[in-house]
Amino acid sequence: MANRKLVNGNEAIAMGAIDAGCRLYFGYPITPQNQIPEYMAAHLPKVGGVFLQAESEIASINMVMGAAATGVRVMTSSSSPGISLKQEGISYMAGSEIPGVIVNMSRSGPGLGGIDPSQGDYFQATRGGGHGDYRTLVLAPHSVQENYDLTIKAFDLADRYRNPVVVLGDAILGQIKEPVALKPPKPRKEQDREWVLTGCEGRKARLLKSLYLSDGELTKHNWRLYKKYQKMRKEVMFESVRTEDAEVIVVAFGSVARIAKTSLEMAREKGMRVGLIRPITLYPFPTEALQKAAGFTKKFIVIELNTGQMVEDVKLSLCDRAKVEFFGKPPGAIPTPDELFKEIKKALKRMS
Amino acid sequence: MKQVFKRPTSLIDVPFHFCPGCHHGIIHRLVAEAIDRYDLREKTIGVASVGCSVFMYDYFDTDVLEAPHGRAAAVATGVKRARPRNFVFTYQGDGDLAAIGTAEIMHAANRGERITVVFVNNTTYGMTGGQMAPTTMPGQTTTTSPYGRSTEDAGYPIKMSEIMAQLGGVAYAARVSVHDPKHLMKAKKALNRAFECQLNREGLGFVEFLSACPTNWKMSPLKANRHVADVMVPCFPLGVFKDAASTEKD
Ligand SMILES: Cc1ncc(C[n+]2csc(CCOP(=O)(O)OP(=O)(O)O)c2C)c(N)n1
Ligand code: SF4
Repeated sequence: MANRKLVNGNEAIAMGAIDAGCRLYFGYPITPQNQIPEYMAAHLPKVGGVFLQAESEIASINMVMGAAATGVRVMTSSSSPGISLKQEGISYMAGSEIPGVIVNMSRSGPGLGGIDPSQGDYFQATRGGGHGDYRTLVLAPHSVQENYDLTIKAFDLADRYRNPVVVLGDAILGQIKEPVALKPPKPRKEQDREWVLTGCEGRKARLLKSLYLSDGELTKHNWRLYKKYQKMRKEVMFESVRTEDAEVIVVAFGSVARIAKTSLEMAREKGMRVGLIRPITLYPFPTEALQKAAGFTKKFIVIELNTGQMVEDVKLSLCDRAKVEFFGKPPGAIPTPDELFKEIKKALKRMS
Repeated sequence: MKQVFKRPTSLIDVPFHFCPGCHHGIIHRLVAEAIDRYDLREKTIGVASVGCSVFMYDYFDTDVLEAPHGRAAAVATGVKRARPRNFVFTYQGDGDLAAIGTAEIMHAANRGERITVVFVNNTTYGMTGGQMAPTTMPGQTTTTSPYGRSTEDAGYPIKMSEIMAQLGGVAYAARVSVHDPKHLMKAKKALNRAFECQLNREGLGFVEFLSACPTNWKMSPLKANRHVADVMVPCFPLGVFKDAASTEKD
């Protein structure tokens, strides 16, 4: 039987990391994710790990890069403005093919913004965020349990692809308290270790870098990375709720998808045929799932806690196979299930 | 016949890409000799910075990780914390360490990271074409201080060794020069001591090398070498600014 605990979302992430074998954590405080470093500071030493509070987000992501280059599991976490500072390092990690887990319990922006929940970092997370032509896998939990499970998953994916993986939550998902079933994974199979830096005892010296200057070398490197990003497509995860007979499908991720689920039940009670698709991986995006749904549902409503970001991926996925509407809530207010229900109802009317 | 002088084992047998008269090559050699001296080749993880020295991985026969511009000290912190038994060093220019990476080096030093920092001060940004560095001397012309560095507008050359000596976690901080054999021998000694600080877990070891950049100074190699002795040394005094070993004896 899994061991159950009542914890908040941030703690669940930290627990997931430790259960996944993460033994080093580097970070810099920012609300609303401080319980992650606090948990790590208290618990990593007990499992022989290292917690280090860095002087900045820039330093912490570079510490992650240095530690990860030696083949250990390592994490950093932050929130929006802090993630902006980490982007340089994330780009270097992608370029040098160094794994690592970066948690963004995002807040509202732009700029200093506020600590309210927001999904304004969707573009930053899914488009690479830093400079250059690269991708990070992006996992978007919507419950405390998923915070735990997807953090564990993030470490596996990072190792599998030798690539940074982003876990994107928000202030709600960091602060809510829910029971979580702790299911530490079985000891993992050794990944390919032919690249890790440990000192060149008994082997040739190794190098991890992102600088490629000689003729055609960088083009080759970029195409190779591109092929890797294409392979990531098989990691697509999504949840679909009552889409079989849906007249309209709501597309939402993270905390807002939770609220939308309640609205969906309200709609179903009133006899409205509403379904929901919740992308769990934001990159790769569940394009095929949406296309399949467009075979039987011609109306989609995208709900986000921003002024419209994921809606672009939905439209790109569907092209003109279906009608796509958007309902956005920029930071400052969280929509109630009632409010979303009304929006769904209005959208249904407009679309009919 | 006995061979009395040879290439250090830790240095790969390829020609350097550095300009004629550049001191980076000499400093590379000294670092490799120290790695050999303590038998560290198979234990070393080097952290390359961004600047003319970025290609150190083409020369050092050790594991190397390339850091973003200025971040070598943070990257090295991550490496060392993950693998405390490895020998970890950074090799950084003045633009890298004393401008964009000031925060990273100061905090790594203050934490007393068990790493060795090789700091190459040539008073300019070599790789990007000779712009003003934080170490550029008053009156020195560079491409971005075409009328000479004015202290009123651009401040003063930053003295990293002196700053490092103030920080609690630093075990050793010295400024050396390699412009003649006598100074080179002193530089060797300083580097050895900085290595020992890491090996004995005393704290961070920091060695600042004054270095010629004939290309961007627009001088012949010989003149640039003399410029180090005649102009740079008076501005950046040589010496040991901190040695935990001798401080303890006080
Ligand atoms: C973030 C970032 N900013 C600027 C640069 C451009 N850049 C490359 S090397 C360099 C200066 C290097 O000078 P220094 O550290 O003194 O080393 P040197 O080349 O003189 O040996 C700069 C500014 C960069 N690569 N990355
Ligand atoms: S530009 Fe200056 S620092 Fe760079 S290799 Fe040439 S002489 Fe050396």
